[in-house]
Amino acid sequence: MPKQQYAKPIPTPSPETQRYWEGCKRHELWLPFCRPCQSFFFYPRRFCPQCFGWDIEWRQVSGRGKVYSYAIQHRAFHPGWAQETPYVTAIVELDEGPRLYTNLVDVEPDPKSLRCDMPVEVVFEDISEEISLPRFRPVLPAPRRGPVRARPGSSAEGPA
Amino acid sequence: MPSNSISNDDRRRLSGKVAIVGADESDEIGIVPGKSSLQLHAEAARNALADAGIDMSDVDGLFTAGPGWSPSLQVAEYLGIQPRYTDSTSVGGSSFVIHVEHAAAAIQAGLINVALITHGQSGHSDRRRPGAGRPGLDPWFPAPQFESPYHVGGPPSVYAMACMRHMHQYGTTHEQLAEIAVATRKWAMLNPKAMMRDPLTIDDVLSSRWITYPFHLLDCCLVTDAGGAVVVTSARRANDCPKKPILVLGSGEATTHQTIASMPDLTTTPAGISGPLAFEMAGVRHKDIDVTEVYDSFTYTALVTLEALGFCKKGEGGAFVSGQRTAPGGDFPLNTNGGGLSYTHPGMYGIFLLIEAVRQLRGECGERQVPGAKLACVNGTGGTLSSTGTLILGVE
Repeated sequence: MPKQQYAKPIPTPSPETQRYWEGCKRHELWLPFCRPCQSFFFYPRRFCPQCFGWDIEWRQVSGRGKVYSYAIQHRAFHPGWAQETPYVTAIVELDEGPRLYTNLVDVEPDPKSLRCDMPVEVVFEDISEEISLPRFRPVLPAPRRGPVRARPGSSAEGPA
Repeated sequence: MPSNSISNDDRRRLSGKVAIVGADESDEIGIVPGKSSLQLHAEAARNALADAGIDMSDVDGLFTAGPGWSPSLQVAEYLGIQPRYTDSTSVGGSSFVIHVEHAAAAIQAGLINVALITHGQSGHSDRRRPGAGRPGLDPWFPAPQFESPYHVGGPPSVYAMACMRHMHQYGTTHEQLAEIAVATRKWAMLNPKAMMRDPLTIDDVLSSRWITYPFHLLDCCLVTDAGGAVVVTSARRANDCPKKPILVLGSGEATTHQTIASMPDLTTTPAGISGPLAFEMAGVRHKDIDVTEVYDSFTYTALVTLEALGFCKKGEGGAFVSGQRTAPGGDFPLNTNGGGLSYTHPGMYGIFLLIEAVRQLRGECGERQVPGAKLACVNGTGGTLSSTGTLILGVE
């Protein structure tokens, strides 16, 4: 893919989220984990937003989850999506608990092909030298739409 | 550690101590390209103060949201006042409803006598003007990192996801959502100030184009230019004002999140918290309410708000609004000005809920007057179903 033509917003990692984006760069999903709560949270902070405790570590998660909800976007409010409507935005609830705002890919943008609670898995797209963006696709085979640009997350070694 | 709970008795003591004594829009509402948003603030302020019979020189508290990095500084300077108390609480379109509770607190604490709450926004005309509207966010903030790479757009896309989950969990239908759009249009047809006054059918809503599935165009509010303002003072001082005082009998405020993925439960709203606070303070029950004004950014927003406030059970909003129950002549008068869906909606609509509730309780609403309205429930929703302010307003 010609990266210089990537026209959508590219995230800028902050000091607190760097390890998340480093994981994505390896096509792995790493999330902060609160030791006292024994639970993951998202988005990354240096403390747990549930207990306001600061005893945090980073752990790799499965990259699997289900669609908490979705919407089909019929209008582009940004030139990056001008050629791609309709497209699907979603909130995915990971098997480990946290919810992420994302896109669903490799699925028709049609209510007949989409449902809440459908199982999905992460795929990554390398959108710049630094950033690989996690999106999600149905786990069960579904009709493909257009060329497949992304590949599934691997489980290789994570960020140190 | 001391308990952080506040007893109902403490809250009950706040009931009925302040009143809304003035309320009005800017001179023009709708599409007003020839005026800045600050001019809309100013016109609304002048009109609401005239309605209250109070001079600008008596205003000692200013409450506003919206323009620039310091809304109350910007508006105070523009109006030419130096208030001793300002509040720029800016949590979306609910802000102005929440300002009423904040103003009540300041008035009862003896810090101010007269609170002016203003709004002005050129949501329609600013779209054509470079540099207008919202400032950009810090790229290190959560939304630019974790939302914008996936979608850039306004509230429809995120409210649509909440609606989708509600449809999935409770079987809410497009037709039930359309009932609200149609009923609200019927109220707008009775309001000379409403922008959209042509008859509307369920089929019209269902055949309008998709904006963001599951929302059709006609599930979505307008985007207009408008200002609004209200004046709040103590119940004692309110008796000297020319119009019937509208007592603030109950109030509640709640916030649960900012970004939609952090919303604890997509199928409700913070009104599930602010509503009970307001009802308990007022000591009234749902069946006592004569008229209800809730933020209808989308048909769904109105539906889920009725559930969250407790007018029906969770998941039963679709059945509740069916059969044009919320239309003129129905047994649940809702959004009697025509709402954000058909009357006006510059972007942060909350102030107009207050203005309409005041007019209904004063009996000023002409053709759309709910006969004998004595108690109103107002609920503003802001952000991405992030914040709510609920008020119970009444007349003696």
